[in-house]
Amino acid sequence: MVKRPKGAIIGIGELPPVRYSEGKTTLSLIAESVQLALADAGLNKEDIDGLLVGPQVGETPQHVPATVSEYLGIAPTMSNTVDLGGATGAGMVWRAAAAIEAGMCETVICVLANKNEKGNIPRSPNRNPIREFDVPFGASGANTSYALLKRLHMESYGSKQEDFARIAYWARKNACNNPKAIFYDKPVELEDILQSPLIADPLRLLEIVMPCAGGAAVIVTTEEKAGQAKKKPVYIKGAGEKITHRAVSQAPAVDQHPFAFSIPHALKQAGITGQDLDLLSLYDCYTSVVAVQLESIGICQPGQFGSLMREHTFGHDGDYPLNTHGGQLGFGQADLAGGMSHIVEAVTQLRGEAEGRQIPEAKHALVTGNGATLSETTALVLGGEPS
Amino acid sequence: MNISLPQPTITPISQPFWDYIQEKKFYLQCCQDCHKWVFYPRAHCPDCFGSDLKWQAASGNGKLTTWSVVHRAGHPAWQERAPYVVGIVELEEGPSLLTHLLIDEQDLYYQLPVEINFQSINGFLLPFFQEKGVRV
Repeated sequence: MVKRPKGAIIGIGELPPVRYSEGKTTLSLIAESVQLALADAGLNKEDIDGLLVGPQVGETPQHVPATVSEYLGIAPTMSNTVDLGGATGAGMVWRAAAAIEAGMCETVICVLANKNEKGNIPRSPNRNPIREFDVPFGASGANTSYALLKRLHMESYGSKQEDFARIAYWARKNACNNPKAIFYDKPVELEDILQSPLIADPLRLLEIVMPCAGGAAVIVTTEEKAGQAKKKPVYIKGAGEKITHRAVSQAPAVDQHPFAFSIPHALKQAGITGQDLDLLSLYDCYTSVVAVQLESIGICQPGQFGSLMREHTFGHDGDYPLNTHGGQLGFGQADLAGGMSHIVEAVTQLRGEAEGRQIPEAKHALVTGNGATLSETTALVLGGEPS
Repeated sequence: MNISLPQPTITPISQPFWDYIQEKKFYLQCCQDCHKWVFYPRAHCPDCFGSDLKWQAASGNGKLTTWSVVHRAGHPAWQERAPYVVGIVELEEGPSLLTHLLIDEQDLYYQLPVEINFQSINGFLLPFFQEKGVRV
């Protein structure tokens, strides 16, 4: 028998992403997100005995759990910082379930938020190998690293710019059905994406998430407690995680990226195949990151995501509903909270609360996270029914 | 605002690598247990975890596995030099490194043979790469 996580998500809270968050602090955005999740779950903060938070570069480099606990006015029996970049949100959910099963706590709030101030971009305080051996050569920041990985995919498999652009096209199209999305009222055509400015060739502007401010929180508890929850619980059916490297020069071979391990692991734990998924809520900091995930689910061969994108539809009423909230490409990326948006959308769909973009009879969702340079990956299978 | 190009943040482990580079020599660590070459410099071999690493002369030759023409640099000082090319070179000895490429955009291709070309940035030599056998 395959071991699988136990636990359920009983509350979600999400701030609509905004480009800039003047007058806010990260801690205040965290508190707002927690308030929303508690209200959604029908809980008081005294019901929370576990807290998972993310790193806060430039604000609280250490002691983040204590700082956030104090700010919220809670005294958890389990707390930790989860540091997996864009995989932090999904990684938190699995860790919350594990901490609950280990008897450390019963009800965990997982929260990520980030302010974004105009003209205030803190320079990296890194003093590590990537700073020593990549940055001095002109390779600073994620755009360049992901451009290198996208080029490798194109050279290895013959994938085309149009194939990648279709991923951004569906994200922006789906965002037009989500009033909370930052690009809700800003549709684009395939040609707009292909003609958008080159940032780091072969990556173009509209294949890259827009940084913004926001926050999100989810509440994880035991399956027993979930049975008495205010809203329909969403169960953790399977999970997988893999961390392979940090610097892009140290990335594994093109077909050995970490999603090739984490996604099949989550599906195996859940006892389902890729074809059983009703929603693909796939982390999309860049189009190329979605490409390698589609190739890891078992719905197309490695290198063949392009024909999948050409031959199918990816809206809420499509063949493979993909990032029905718009993905981060259409919804906006509030730093680490961007990864949370994929969890929040999956819970919304599995509850049947997605209104105009509801997937009919959604039973299973795949949620993923990705951090650094396709380095840290987490996959979750969420389901509407207990096992 | 005058922001200079970011220089390497050298550690006691990596100091010999940069010292050799300043002499226009390309030395890498080689594991004396499993005989694999190591890059970036470490205190142990990431393959067999042996600790007996020796600095040895490397060829400075490799093949280009991927590249990007950077139009919007992640660092403001590099933005003044955009567009420029960075890429990953798989060295003859095995390891891969990220480097700056002295190659025109139209001449770039997958598996292009390349060789080291020491370039001075703020008076400090860095191992850039160029197309093999071509006068830059």
